[in-house]
Amino acid sequence: MRISRIKPESFITWLIKFTGYSAIIFVFLIFYFLLSEGIPVFGEVPFKDFFQVRWYPIEAYFGLLPLLVGSLIVTIGALIIAVPLGLLTAIYIAEVASPRTKEILKPLVELLGGFPSVVLGFLGLLILSQYLREILALPTGLSALTGSLILAGIALPAIVSISEDALDTVPRSYRDASLALGATEWQTIWWVTLPAAKSGVLTAIMLGIGRAIGETMVVLMVTGNAPMMPQGLATFVNPTRTMTATIAAEMGEVANGSTHYHVLFFIGIVLFVIALIVNVSASTFVFRRKKRSERILS
Amino acid sequence: MKSRSSAQRRNLTQQIGFIFLRLVAIIAVLPIIAIIVFIIYQGAPAISLEFIFGFPSDGMRSGGIWPAIVGTFFLTLICALVVSPLGIGAAIYLAEYAPDNRWTQSIRIAIINLAGIPSVVYGLFGLGLFVIFLNFGISILAGSLTLAIMTLPVIITTTEEALRAVPQSFRVVSRSVGATQWQTVRRIVLPQALPGILTGVILGLERAAGETAPILFTAAVFFLPRLPSSPMDPTMALPYHLYVISTQVPGMSPQIQYGTALVLLVFVLGMNLIATIIRSRARARRQW
Amino acid sequence: MTITNKIVTENLVLQYSDGTESLKDISMNIPVNSISVIFGPAGGGKSTYLRVLNRLNDLANVTTVSGKAHLYSESGDFIDILDPNLDVTALRRRVGMVFARPVVLPMSIRENLTYGLEIAGVRKRSLLHEAIERSLNQAALWEEVQDRLDDPAMELSGGQQQRLCIARSLALEPEVLLLDEPTSGLDPISTGKVEASLQELKKNYTIVLVPHSVQQAARAADYAAFFLQGKLIEYAPGNEMFTTPQVQQTADYIEGRFG
Repeated sequence: MRISRIKPESFITWLIKFTGYSAIIFVFLIFYFLLSEGIPVFGEVPFKDFFQVRWYPIEAYFGLLPLLVGSLIVTIGALIIAVPLGLLTAIYIAEVASPRTKEILKPLVELLGGFPSVVLGFLGLLILSQYLREILALPTGLSALTGSLILAGIALPAIVSISEDALDTVPRSYRDASLALGATEWQTIWWVTLPAAKSGVLTAIMLGIGRAIGETMVVLMVTGNAPMMPQGLATFVNPTRTMTATIAAEMGEVANGSTHYHVLFFIGIVLFVIALIVNVSASTFVFRRKKRSERILS
Repeated sequence: MKSRSSAQRRNLTQQIGFIFLRLVAIIAVLPIIAIIVFIIYQGAPAISLEFIFGFPSDGMRSGGIWPAIVGTFFLTLICALVVSPLGIGAAIYLAEYAPDNRWTQSIRIAIINLAGIPSVVYGLFGLGLFVIFLNFGISILAGSLTLAIMTLPVIITTTEEALRAVPQSFRVVSRSVGATQWQTVRRIVLPQALPGILTGVILGLERAAGETAPILFTAAVFFLPRLPSSPMDPTMALPYHLYVISTQVPGMSPQIQYGTALVLLVFVLGMNLIATIIRSRARARRQW
Repeated sequence: MTITNKIVTENLVLQYSDGTESLKDISMNIPVNSISVIFGPAGGGKSTYLRVLNRLNDLANVTTVSGKAHLYSESGDFIDILDPNLDVTALRRRVGMVFARPVVLPMSIRENLTYGLEIAGVRKRSLLHEAIERSLNQAALWEEVQDRLDDPAMELSGGQQQRLCIARSLALEPEVLLLDEPTSGLDPISTGKVEASLQELKKNYTIVLVPHSVQQAARAADYAAFFLQGKLIEYAPGNEMFTTPQVQQTADYIEGRFG
């Protein structure tokens, strides 16, 4: 009665295993192609030149600092808006809102997550920048601030939905224990529920950072695209230029294999590494959705 | 009476706090509704048969957006054909086959990283691998493949979750009557998880359809006087078209811009709606 | 040639990956065409023993099993249940299993019954229909569902679902039927129906039952085995076990002094 393994079964198992490992293959492929197109830059541009404060590729100024700073400023601005807004909204949805309100709010926020960023960039360009220019009496509405405001909208859905999930998985018994000790629901939220969901909230914020720093079209369209070093507080309302926007704006116009082309790939490597750090640290907060494991056991 | 007044104070704090939270939530979601309403209001007058099915003319300043619609459709379609089997297969591996070890852990880390890579970096990768190295040129195929790899982590994650939602007991029963692991997956788990998988795939494709940066250097061109005739042709695409006509063309009529934004939004949010309908229908029908 | 023992296990040890043992040196024979009852307090290894007999413990992936477990066929030949190269799907068709909670698959009543057969490659409609009617009759469910075979199985009551699960195993015409507390979720009337059908079934099948109470053990047992903390304490014909147990622990458990 010994029947050896049936052939088609083992073929399919092999195929499934292969697709399973495809994610690893792609990460390496991406890294390899960024390296192969970006590494030649080290033979063409002295390394210290990247630390110049001037980005002007036509005259071979390849200072990356203004671009790095631009990305940083726009991202920080977006977080200052999106983190409190997103977190408080998540708390409202998870802890205060009635089930019906919840059913309206959650899909709405998720809808925003599905918005093509080019549409938001378009509105920022046509509407928001005009308003900001008039209200703040600026020479141009295309600034870091405009970028931050719209990037906040792009980071918001991730922050809200992951924080909300994290709050949702705090066991009911924690809250009951706090309420039984005489705390109000308001106190329970801040003293019990939110601290218990801390790791999930941190994950949410890290992923929000990832979204904001990696976003391309919005910053390309609304930040004015001037690579400049920071100049005090005015930095936020001045035009700026991010790493992502630089790649998007200039890659179409460079000759394949030129120094400028290699530099743009080098910026891609920098972005890849930043994304890697942000995402690995987000995942080390090891926020596992409990709901999922509960479902397995049911 | 001291305790009573402190209780009253605490209740007041709570009431004010809840009102504050409600206000913040409204501030967060109001712009979303406003944007949708505004784009419909501004864009609807532009919509006509000629606008949908016509070619751009007068340097984009009049005419329609048909080549961009067709281009986005084919980019999304080929992306779907590539990423669905790959993503669903990977999810089956993770949910049903993968042992709990370091290798599986590294697959998960790879997926997290893929999900976090900026879309413009995918564009660079697509340019390096598909356009130049594999010599596909600027083409629908190069763009679709780039979008497929970008969409892969979304589809793996949502599909895995749909598979894990199927009760473990079904698998045990199926195995106990002599089914192999693959037979169990194919005949029990996949059919039960299908609505969830479909929802996830559509949501992933929604993202692909709306992205601009990955197709910037791999597929999209400013203007084509004809429709693409093969996957090796370059193409116009809705998101790229909106970018072009709102930044590169002086003297554009806002109506055409808003009309294009509306069509793109309908395209993308329509997919979202379909996914939502599939999900809620399946939930109502589900027996477990 | 006729055989007396359907299953022979010797020195069966099941070890978790951390070294703790769930089954400690179990040696017992399951006589053919009879009901063998395995009873004892929770955590004693009863379910684990059942799962070894049709290799469902493979799915847990965290255990190693050593010792001997043989399944005999009518001709006197036997297969080694623990053989790592064994075709377990064929084994599971010969050794059916019914679980504590009725788990019907999310399909029609008919499809639940034909699922295992179709997996095994049976396609002929007449054969499938024969199997449906026979197995439902054996599980005392035919009268209740014969007019609604294409309804979703999930619409049946709990008692009906459990009998459908029994029928689903019987559809494959197994030689051995393993039942793990099959009546734990059922009302007394449904329990009675299940127990009655087991008494019918033992004429043609070898049945191993983990009962959900000592009373049920006493009612059903031709042979009874008392498991305590992974060990087989006592194994005897049912009428002796429940009247004159030989070991003090068994007597204490039967009389309810611990549980």
